[in-house]
Amino acid sequence: MSFSAEAGQRLAADAQQIIARYPVPRSALLPMLHLVQSEEGFVSADGVEFCAEQLDLTAAEVAAVATFYSQYKRHPNGTYTVGVCTNTLCAVMGGDAIFEELSEHLGVGHDQTTEDGAITLERVECNAGCDYAPVVMVNWEFFDNQTPTTAKDLVDELRAGRDVAPSRGAAKVCSFKEVSRVLAGFPDGRANEGVQAGGPTLEGTLLARRNNWTAPAMAAPVPAVPAEQVAAETTAASAGASGSDAPSVPAGTRERAGTVAGKPAGEATHGSQDNGSATTPPPKEG
Amino acid sequence: MATTLTPVLSAHWDEKDSWTLAAYERHGGYRGLRAALAMDPSAVITEVKDSGLRGRGGAGFPTGMKWSFLPKPDGGPRYLVVNADESEPGTCKDIPLMLANPQALIEGVIITSYAIGCHKAFIYLRGEVVHVYRRLLNAVAEAKAKGYLGDDILGSGFDLDVVVHAGAGAYICGEETALLDSLEGRRGQPRLKPPFPAVAGLYARPTVINNVESIASVPAIVTGGAEWFKSMGTERSTGFGFFSLSGHVTRPGQYEAPLGITLRELLAMAGGIRGGHQLKFWTPGGSSTPLFTEEHLDIPLDFESVGAAGSMLGTRALQIFDETTCVVRAVERWIEFYKHESCGKCTPCREGNYWMVQVLHRLERGQGTQEDLDTLLDICDNLLGRSFCALGDGAASPVTSSIKYFKDEYLRHVTEGGCPFDPAQSALFQGAHAR
Repeated sequence: MSFSAEAGQRLAADAQQIIARYPVPRSALLPMLHLVQSEEGFVSADGVEFCAEQLDLTAAEVAAVATFYSQYKRHPNGTYTVGVCTNTLCAVMGGDAIFEELSEHLGVGHDQTTEDGAITLERVECNAGCDYAPVVMVNWEFFDNQTPTTAKDLVDELRAGRDVAPSRGAAKVCSFKEVSRVLAGFPDGRANEGVQAGGPTLEGTLLARRNNWTAPAMAAPVPAVPAEQVAAETTAASAGASGSDAPSVPAGTRERAGTVAGKPAGEATHGSQDNGSATTPPPKEG
Repeated sequence: MATTLTPVLSAHWDEKDSWTLAAYERHGGYRGLRAALAMDPSAVITEVKDSGLRGRGGAGFPTGMKWSFLPKPDGGPRYLVVNADESEPGTCKDIPLMLANPQALIEGVIITSYAIGCHKAFIYLRGEVVHVYRRLLNAVAEAKAKGYLGDDILGSGFDLDVVVHAGAGAYICGEETALLDSLEGRRGQPRLKPPFPAVAGLYARPTVINNVESIASVPAIVTGGAEWFKSMGTERSTGFGFFSLSGHVTRPGQYEAPLGITLRELLAMAGGIRGGHQLKFWTPGGSSTPLFTEEHLDIPLDFESVGAAGSMLGTRALQIFDETTCVVRAVERWIEFYKHESCGKCTPCREGNYWMVQVLHRLERGQGTQEDLDTLLDICDNLLGRSFCALGDGAASPVTSSIKYFKDEYLRHVTEGGCPFDPAQSALFQGAHAR
């Protein structure tokens, strides 16, 4: 069974938007796999076929990619992926106990889904929230400093269909399909929801503030470099250099920026012109 | 206390709207970009070179030097790719940075792109952090609306488009050439080097790949100057960086400090090891860096000193474990991770990690022998330096270092017929019984 005509048309339009982001179409494949997952809740054979058609690849080429990455599901996923971090740090801090108790509570193991289709339980690898260990991810939103009890309460709420708010994330956890669409690069308008940081993130900031610890003061803002000086030095130093592709700025600007004599942005850093740089660093302080 | 914190990137994270462009500009955001656009691109590179900034993603390669390796322009495109695939176990600095202050990264991307002559930059974010992805997409949109991105940025004539790309779950994509393959829509497998990405990177074009924290540090370097940056840190490990404390510590979290600070100093700031317990072992920079013990508390956490003491500074991911933790259990779990994440391309890594998991399993379950330790070290010999990329090298680190410092504990698993530790004692809550 392939996508309905309506879905096929809608997804094809989305796919074209994704492809347009990249200089080479094939780069669109990972977001496009997130996109088909947002339609079906997993990457089906139809999803693979769809991506192959959009990108002029074979189904085998697409499947080879889809099976490499752990976020792409090969069978229908629950509405919520509940991922317990059981990498060493979280496991030792209690992640192992959380996973075991959740598994018993839900009656499913790793990568299995509850009968009501609500929860897919997973062991996940380190999710970069180690200072909040043990961490549980629900549809890739952070639930910090979990215990077996809080984790069981969390899945009970999800199964009851109630909104649940992550510790650091959107105002509520969205469905697996909704989140997959965001990961395909289509914003859902929730970026300004939620906190800027949790407690551990702020430990150093607040400690420094209490103790009046700061980085050394910067001197007054770096003054604009006299353009003529840079242009003169640069031109002299790179006479004979080949033409430049960068930066592609109008001639007048290039002259001002000192790139006119084919002074390439990325390579002109060897040799004597490096010393005597036209930027005078502010004096060392503190 | 000799060393104090030096918050730069994290200075205003406690403000409720810290991720917005308005908050960023309130504290001098985009001053660096204005200064950079008034400079010759090569002068920006020189400034970053002179600052001594070394890559914050683990390897510590000088950032400005990496930029200067790009060949002469040939009329074709060149790319900046930001490695935001933070996945090294214990590493948790870039994710909170991008959640709280994504504009610092965006400003760094614009300045770096200007310096290297790039007009299309990519931020490759791991896919498992959806709210960070939202914040980055939002930050790009806000910057674009304000004229910091797009055509003729701030009237300079410089054009730049930034694409934020979500990965899909694969540790190996933190390896820069695997990341490029992944960004090209392929399986994330490392490439043979040379050619290095500077010569043939994304779409076989000259490409600079830098870590999030490296790029986010660039605006401050341009604003404050190389000498200002060098006034922090040590002679060869200059500047500030995040030290991420996690595990059995009273106040885990992010501590932005000069390189060269010690764990003893950081622990004093973080309230020490959790009450009633003692430090047993720790990683200086993630699970791929050899373990340290309490004898290393006073090692300056800079590239040179940590290296001289037999480990690596890595990502400054300080995972702290107290005396309740079984080192065999810890290492077993890390090796399960490397086995799971091995891309399968090269034999030493694919097979070596597979077999090390088997050996560690039987040791932890009391079915091991003394010879198993030799087997583990032998496998590590065949991993370290013989793998295609650093993933295999990294996997050897916890094994060899734990046997070096805790051989007796391994042997107790053999002589006592199993693990002598109760995992419930290590958990941060009461009543953990599972294993």
